Amino acid sequence: MLDDTDRRILRQFQADPDLANADLAGRCGVMPATCWRRLEKLRSDGIIQGQEAVIDWQALGYSVEVSLRFTLDKTLPRAFDEFLEAARGVPEVLEIQTFLGRVDVRLSVIARDLAHYQQLYRDRILTLPHIADIEALMHIARIKSNEGLPL
Amino acid sequence: MMTPVTDLDDIDRRLLRALARDATQSAGALGRRLGLSQPATWRRIRRLKDAGVIAGQRLRLDAEALGFGVTVFLGVKLARKGQASLADFERAVTAIPEVQSVEHVLGLYDFRLRVVARDLPDFERVLRRRIMTLPGAGEVEANVLLSEERRPGPIG
Repeated sequence: MLDDTDRRILRQFQADPDLANADLAGRCGVMPATCWRRLEKLRSDGIIQGQEAVIDWQALGYSVEVSLRFTLDKTLPRAFDEFLEAARGVPEVLEIQTFLGRVDVRLSVIARDLAHYQQLYRDRILTLPHIADIEALMHIARIKSNEGLPL
Repeated sequence: MMTPVTDLDDIDRRLLRALARDATQSAGALGRRLGLSQPATWRRIRRLKDAGVIAGQRLRLDAEALGFGVTVFLGVKLARKGQASLADFERAVTAIPEVQSVEHVLGLYDFRLRVVARDLPDFERVLRRRIMTLPGAGEVEANVLLSEERRPGPIG
């Protein structure tokens, strides 16, 4: 079970994963050794699953980001599996989510510009199997993006 | 906006992929795998950070083990349009702790939100008390997340 100290450490660490252990401990009001031990335990318990670098695709020249929402032809039992397998083969797909709701699957797709997006859409997206319907949401701006949990 | 970095070589791409998987790896360890010296690896990472390609780090937490069993994606349409209502909405929605991300989009909806909750009744509480009461909020569509995977993207 997590106690208040664990939650405090997680909250601060989540807000700033670049922090060195000593600074994190300072912010949480605990000794560095305690902080380190708690983090190790949170890691070995699988609460902290990993730490990953966030890539800014815009900085790499991908200026277009589109959220594509699919409904699939669910009369075919393997529709989901086959669609997901094919979507994994498109390098410009950054995220794949499946849902319970009006939308079955969402793909987050990036492209260098609109011409590139159009080409991707025609050649790689519309050719994915078992699509019944597609809706596109064009990304304009990210207002909040920390994706932190409200611990 | 910064000028996009378009001259990544193969080693840069492998570095990016490795760090996107595990950002805690040291320059020394990464360099050994890629056949680079520690200082050379460090310089490449520094350049990627300075150019904004590596925008920071993200912690991957087991949401379910921490008591957050439900993630919902919401499409929100504004009932009123205009500069003031956009700013009011953005300010208010950003302040809700359960809202993990907010994107301004173009299409069927005006905003796309990612919301976490303990369970479905908790989500209903967030939806009714916090989302529906946002200034200017109109039609809302909810889709409950079943599974999610992040892909490495077009590097390498």
